[in-house]
Amino acid sequence: MATWETVIGLEIHAQLATSSKIFSGASTAFGAQANTQACAVDLGLPGVLPVLNAEAVTMAVKFGVAINAEITRKSVFARKNYFYPDLPKGYQISQFELPIVGRGKLSISPEEGVSKTIGITRAHLEEDAGKSLHEEFPGKTGIDLNRAGTPLLEIVSEPDLRSAREAVTYARKIHSLVRFLDICDGNMQEGSFRCDANVSIRPLGQVELGTRTELKNINSFRFLERAINYEIERQIDLVEDGGQVTLETRLYDADKNETRSMRSKEEANDYRYFPDPDLLPVEITDDDIDRIRRSLPELPEQKRGRYIDSLGLSDYIAELLTGSREIAEYFEQALLQGPELAHHLANWIVGDLTGALNRSDLEIQDSPVTPGMLSGLLLRIADNTISGKIAKQVFEAMWRGEGSADEIIEARGLKQITDSGAIESLIDEVIAANPDQVGQFRAGKEKVLGFFVGQIMKQSKGKANPGQVNQRLRDKLKGAS
Amino acid sequence: MTRSITQIQQGLADGQFSSVEITQEYLTKIGSFNDTINCFITITDELALQQAQAADAIIAAGKARPLTGVPLAHKDIFCTDGVKTSCASKILDNFIAPYDATVIEKFNQAGAVMLGKTNMDEFAMGSSNENSYYGPVANPWDFERVPGGSSGGSAAAVAARLAPAATGTDTGGSIRQPAALCGISGIKPTYGRVSRYGMIAFASSLDQGGALAQSAQDCAILLQTMAGFDARDSTSIDTPVPDYSAHINQDIKGLKIGLPEEYFGEGLDADVARVIGTAIEAYRKLGAEIVDIKLPNLKLSIPVYYVVACAECSSNLSRFDGVRFGHRCADPIDLEDLYKRSRGEGFGDEVKRRIMIGTYALSAGYYDAYYLKAQQLRRLIKQDYEKAFAEVDVIACPVTPEVAFKHGDKSDDPVSMYLQDIYTIALNLAGLPGMSIPAGFSQGMPVGLQLIANYFEESRLLNFAHQYQQVTDWHLQVPELK
Repeated sequence: MATWETVIGLEIHAQLATSSKIFSGASTAFGAQANTQACAVDLGLPGVLPVLNAEAVTMAVKFGVAINAEITRKSVFARKNYFYPDLPKGYQISQFELPIVGRGKLSISPEEGVSKTIGITRAHLEEDAGKSLHEEFPGKTGIDLNRAGTPLLEIVSEPDLRSAREAVTYARKIHSLVRFLDICDGNMQEGSFRCDANVSIRPLGQVELGTRTELKNINSFRFLERAINYEIERQIDLVEDGGQVTLETRLYDADKNETRSMRSKEEANDYRYFPDPDLLPVEITDDDIDRIRRSLPELPEQKRGRYIDSLGLSDYIAELLTGSREIAEYFEQALLQGPELAHHLANWIVGDLTGALNRSDLEIQDSPVTPGMLSGLLLRIADNTISGKIAKQVFEAMWRGEGSADEIIEARGLKQITDSGAIESLIDEVIAANPDQVGQFRAGKEKVLGFFVGQIMKQSKGKANPGQVNQRLRDKLKGAS
Repeated sequence: MTRSITQIQQGLADGQFSSVEITQEYLTKIGSFNDTINCFITITDELALQQAQAADAIIAAGKARPLTGVPLAHKDIFCTDGVKTSCASKILDNFIAPYDATVIEKFNQAGAVMLGKTNMDEFAMGSSNENSYYGPVANPWDFERVPGGSSGGSAAAVAARLAPAATGTDTGGSIRQPAALCGISGIKPTYGRVSRYGMIAFASSLDQGGALAQSAQDCAILLQTMAGFDARDSTSIDTPVPDYSAHINQDIKGLKIGLPEEYFGEGLDADVARVIGTAIEAYRKLGAEIVDIKLPNLKLSIPVYYVVACAECSSNLSRFDGVRFGHRCADPIDLEDLYKRSRGEGFGDEVKRRIMIGTYALSAGYYDAYYLKAQQLRRLIKQDYEKAFAEVDVIACPVTPEVAFKHGDKSDDPVSMYLQDIYTIALNLAGLPGMSIPAGFSQGMPVGLQLIANYFEESRLLNFAHQYQQVTDWHLQVPELK
């Protein structure tokens, strides 16, 4: 049996976060009543003309600059002609031969210690279509044109991805990048960020690409991974059973976790692309590019480098903290209150906080423990007010909304016992109550030290300062004869 | 009732008549003759009288602008808010535009009165106005003959003096050719001079709005209001609009007129050639220097035009699909049936023919050979003119190879119909401004002289045309309506 290699390329549609549409002044806000955000231009009424939204161009160039791509100095809008009820003009204004963003690349780290460069073929501007609503109207199709004309940046990768995991890592990286650049809200549920995957297999070592299928209708990263894995298996089974993969578009059904044939490419439209005569070529100068480059925020790669070099974080932690704009923002906000806490904060964010978020299925920006609350907690560990163990209790309480770390420590009397007299009497009590164990210790059984510490902490309800306890206990056990 | 716009302006200013009075006069005349000439698809009598009343109030308040109270007719290709805008197609027979085209908006702001919407070839595709869902238009000089097209309704209305002036659009000669065949003056400005917003697109890179009137002077007044940059049209050009009437009286002595030999060759009717020759003589007498020039790529303009125009129209007309507006077939069984029957029933033969030609020209495997090649040749044609204008100030030539033909004469022969445009379409391919002015008669029918100038030199065209109209009276000839 041959060993198969998977070849994947992604087409990502990112809705650009402009306030108005790409060719009209209508609003792009999501969720309004059907057809209330479609003006004459979006409706494709006779006589209307498109006018390019400069903000969309700037956003596309931002993306191009961020991936070190060639920016086309004179890019051209073309019409992609096909009939569909949610495409009002009977053509989509897109870019064909001269996209605004040319070749670029992005490096990804699909697992710790592995780095891989993925080629980006192009990214072009185009308008989104409206939505066809098939379920709401029995026997009919409803058309909502609110989305029609929303600007999209279609980002096309080279077929450089070799597994579902790589594909998801790449998609997440693009997602993170567009969020860092603030050019897309990244909401996959609402369709602001959509991934289509071109999947094929070939015997390992073969240079020629196998026949691909295009997977559509994938609205989360989890589904992207599942859909690709399902499709790889389907193709391998098919070919190993003597069949052939057909060039076609397949829809992913998340409920059944399978892909279904939607249409074969042979039946596909001839889109009859030609330059849109209603729009002039988009000219971009070196000055424009410089200006946009200067306006870019700190990007994930730069942040990662800074976390490693100036904060001394590990590669892995730095990668996790820059995995999304929201995580990085959380980290940096928390850091403002305790610049010395970098390591602690990083560990808490990727550890306890991420765990709690996952359990509650929350995004970091919706965390009940705000960045300020988290650094407030860690400051109390740093100044010995509480121990790391108590801190976990306090964190749980903050998560449940019981207040800030200080309020909780105060209300529950969790402040650490550091008074040496109080600690000594605790130690004395425990030693007096456990003569057997004292004997064992003196006979050289060092392990029982842990037993004593445990007893003392229990007595103090965890509040005794563990360092002081350790130090005094050893002396007392040795000295008391 | 052959008042020019200038005379109407004067009359309104002097109080000889009110806007309501002359508007009513035109509406009455339209009522008498529209059944015969069929130049109006929609007569907006109520709206016209309301606008006239409002205009009279403005005039009385001393706040009149140049066109306040002046009645005009608009080609039914311009969207007019609340008024049927059909493009002479069944597919838009039920379409009431919800907005005004920029051109209409400008006339409304200027206080002009709209008499109605004029007949045309369906979607501006045609040279005889026989391709209208609302029936053919009669040439006021001979009802058996065509008025030309596609702005045939506007030309016939002005020629018959059912309107003092009218708007039109010109994609391959659609202002100049009907102006010539109906014996009036028409100007097609530089591409980008007049906003295309709200002007239903036929071929976006060629379409340009303009004016049809009784004289160059009146054309200047209309163009003054129509021209200008429009942020809603990305292809409109942001360059100042000169005062078109200011330079109209300038002397043309010593200026050079080029005669392109390709416009005077085979196919040009001998008697039309004689009329044009006489007009050139008049210019010589006015002091212009006449020189021979060459436009060697002119012969390419018909094939190039029919590839480019059809390709663009095949895409532009996709929006007429029976989904959101316009004609929808009865009881479609599915989506494909809805598309096929709505469009099949809604479009006329010529429109379908051009959609099919254009679809073919853009198809995978043919694009390079047709559309791309045509665009390359288009540059050659443009370069011919650029070279010519390095030597001459204005180019003069015929508008059409012959005078208006009879209804039905060319309807079955699309190629012979397309050849009607041989002298006019190169200008649209190059984007240059051109005019047609009455230059005499052949077989009792008007002959037009075409003047072509360099980009944005509409002032020069109007100046040349006006100087000619100062020494001739062809533009004052009016057909006798029976």
